[in-house]
Amino acid sequence: MTSAAVLSDLSKWLAATPLSHTIQTTGWIIPALQTIHILCVAVLFSSAILLDLRMWRLFQRDIALADVGQRFLPLIWAIVPILLITGGLLIVGEPRRSLLNSTFYLKMALLAFALALTGFLQWSLSSAPGFWDKDRGRRVAGRLAATVSILAWCGIIFAGRFIAYTQGG
Amino acid sequence: MLWPPDWIAYLEGSELADTIRENDLLFPVIESVHVLAICLVVGSILVVDLRLLGLASVTRPVSRITSSILPLTWCAFAVAVVSGGLMFISNATKYLGNGYFVAKMILIAVAGLNMVVFHAIGAKDMPKWEKSARLPLPARAAGALSILLWIAVVACGRWIGFTMEVR
Repeated sequence: MTSAAVLSDLSKWLAATPLSHTIQTTGWIIPALQTIHILCVAVLFSSAILLDLRMWRLFQRDIALADVGQRFLPLIWAIVPILLITGGLLIVGEPRRSLLNSTFYLKMALLAFALALTGFLQWSLSSAPGFWDKDRGRRVAGRLAATVSILAWCGIIFAGRFIAYTQGG
Repeated sequence: MLWPPDWIAYLEGSELADTIRENDLLFPVIESVHVLAICLVVGSILVVDLRLLGLASVTRPVSRITSSILPLTWCAFAVAVVSGGLMFISNATKYLGNGYFVAKMILIAVAGLNMVVFHAIGAKDMPKWEKSARLPLPARAAGALSILLWIAVVACGRWIGFTMEVR
């Protein structure tokens, strides 16, 4: 069986579950889940952007980078499970919309990358508070990492919105 | 009074509005930019609101938080207004007829009013208390109200997409 066939079968099976039926037939559930999902994205995205802006020295320069990290990084990890649950329920409600949509997989790949980068930033700040200030090379690398992080999170939001426009039949 | 006003009908009939309506890619791109901007507006305002409520950044004076974060909030808000405005003119009459759209505009206005009232009245003696973790009731109330209003703004925004056939 090809993976597309497996995903198609999985979608059919998911769509036939009682939970999926409830989500499909109760009109307010999907917009409510999407609202919670977007609010959580707002918290996570802003946290990540503020940390990235601090790495660029454009935000709260008077606070040590490691302290800004301590303020916002735990928030990112706390929000991820809520995003996975609301996102998971949206998939159960409309499996084909995501599971048979390459934009969804692009979003998940970007998410995995962004989270790995966030984990790396967290590790770097805990290993040495001045990790990104050691020398000129590190400072440039820090700004590069922050820029890549901003682009990855923006890409995730774009991909998320484009899932609605690229769904197949 | 003529409804919708002439200038809105003019914008809706403009070439720009026509392009946004007809182009398959333009609307989703503008919408994505709008979501991105709204996320920054809501997330950055939340940092201020949580400080007002005494739930985060309590070791920093309120004015230090606002001066570091509000420039980002205003930039994002400007992007949200422009991107939202472009979506609006592409189907102005339908948006004006949508209850969730109207509610969203009113809620944003109330959130702005909340901010203005807090600055004008609640924050008058701010230098006296802005360093303490637990702030006076008006400050906490303004923070709590702001959070609730912005949650409602996002909810209305999402519900517009489910109650309006634009394409």
